[in-house]
Amino acid sequence: MANKGRRRTEWLISLPTLAWLGLFVVIPTLLVFVIAFRPANPYGGIGAGWTLDTIRALWTPSYLAIAWRTLWISLLTTVICLVLALPAGYTIARASERWRNRLLMLVIIPFWTSFLVRVFAWKSLLHPEGLIKKLLEAVGLVGPETTLLYHPAAVVLVMVYTFLPFTILPIYAAAEKFDFRLVEAARDLGARPFQSFRKVFLPGIRRGVLTAFLVVFIPALGSYIIPDLVGGPSGEMLGNKIAQRVFTDRNLPHASALSAVLVLAVLAPLIAVLVLQRKGKKSEIIMGEAP
Amino acid sequence: MRRSRFPIAITALVLGFLYLPILLLVVNSFNPARFSSRWEGFSLGWYAKLFQSPEIWQAVKNTLIIAVSVTTVSVVLGTTAAYALHRWGSSRLQSVHYTLIYQPLVVPEILMGISLLMAFVAVGVPLGLFTIFLAHVTFCVSYVAMTVLGRLQDFDFSVIEAARDLGASPWQSTRKILLPMLMPGIVAGALLAFTLSVDDFVITFFVAGPGSTTLPLRIYSMIKYGAPPMINALSTLLLAVTLTAVLVSQRLASRRSGA
Repeated sequence: MANKGRRRTEWLISLPTLAWLGLFVVIPTLLVFVIAFRPANPYGGIGAGWTLDTIRALWTPSYLAIAWRTLWISLLTTVICLVLALPAGYTIARASERWRNRLLMLVIIPFWTSFLVRVFAWKSLLHPEGLIKKLLEAVGLVGPETTLLYHPAAVVLVMVYTFLPFTILPIYAAAEKFDFRLVEAARDLGARPFQSFRKVFLPGIRRGVLTAFLVVFIPALGSYIIPDLVGGPSGEMLGNKIAQRVFTDRNLPHASALSAVLVLAVLAPLIAVLVLQRKGKKSEIIMGEAP
Repeated sequence: MRRSRFPIAITALVLGFLYLPILLLVVNSFNPARFSSRWEGFSLGWYAKLFQSPEIWQAVKNTLIIAVSVTTVSVVLGTTAAYALHRWGSSRLQSVHYTLIYQPLVVPEILMGISLLMAFVAVGVPLGLFTIFLAHVTFCVSYVAMTVLGRLQDFDFSVIEAARDLGASPWQSTRKILLPMLMPGIVAGALLAFTLSVDDFVITFFVAGPGSTTLPLRIYSMIKYGAPPMINALSTLLLAVTLTAVLVSQRLASRRSGA
């Protein structure tokens, strides 16, 4: 009797969010997959009947090129972020209490500043009349006609800039729990600094690295603003194509099909990391049981 | 045995990399020149221009209307969700609940934007401030729920049971004990929801309609179609506002934990 009452209270308290998220997350996501199989109508809406033409239209060289670029830009961004975040997270975790709080604050502040503003800051630096371009020109590294903007490299640079704080935090969180005496023991036993970093520290913070990988790679795959503002046509990614299908051609089924591809692209690394983390958990347990 | 200086050097470089562009932007907001490579003396000209732009003020108004209503609704929804997740953590219903709440935190913004747009188009809801409000609540709820859940994890429910034993009604024990103890988490969640709503561009871009331009949408069109130096001034003001908010909330948090 009391059990039944408790179940009812549980449902009652969970219902508002369950209903809201069901209505605005689950149904819309399913709708994207459904609309991908519907034809477009000439008024920018969704037509009647079913078709496979939209899915077929995705298998063209121009889309494959975009998909490939989206993948390598996201991967390169993630790798650069990790390479920079590992020493940074390590340093913050090993700093004295006072310095640790200061450094953490410095990493977190960009979190709270407008995303668009940070992208804009780079756009004006890379602009043909901007500071970086003029400096590089003065040093003689680039000619007056070189463009720094509107290039995949500019996209990677600005993406690293915006995602870096998100990479440092999970690595710091893992490094903070890491027992640094292990690194010292390795050094005592004759390991060089880099060896002890790679063979002792890195495996020790594996879960933090996997989390950092996800928090950069997944949003990177769905990037839209950065390639739109600093990428130009040669730096376009999947997100730009989705937006073009919605706002330029007003072809919602086509936009849906592209979004469905993005959903699948996002699910793959997510599931891979979940499996890897579960494995990691098992080996940790085994290590913990060893005498 | 000395520790390697290499990681410290990289950290210094990383921090320089993070702050230099923002710093240059702030400096340039006082530069009357159109481009950042020439310094033409200190001026508040761009700020004056900014304050004379009625479009900016309309955008600020829209942004605040949305942010305040989104914060209110998502704090209520997020807090009840966090309570359910914590109280009945191991039930099957809560594992579905948790997965649903987790999803907006993982899915790229553009996917949320497009799927909501599809839903609004399919049902025939006219796009505007209301659809932006619905979309913002959808992702803010998750952030509030996670923040409050963090606070609940340290909460000792035997205090509530003690109050009930002493004759408090469920409503009394919630209002007089649970809510005050959760307050720091709720305030932090509200602050986060407000900031996320004010700052969101991608999702807003997809579900906005005519006449519902928010500040990020206005900034975006300024970046895209001219008027860059005015953005320097606007960005500097935004930075000042968010930094003050962060510092004040930090001060409040440290005072509370010190008490």
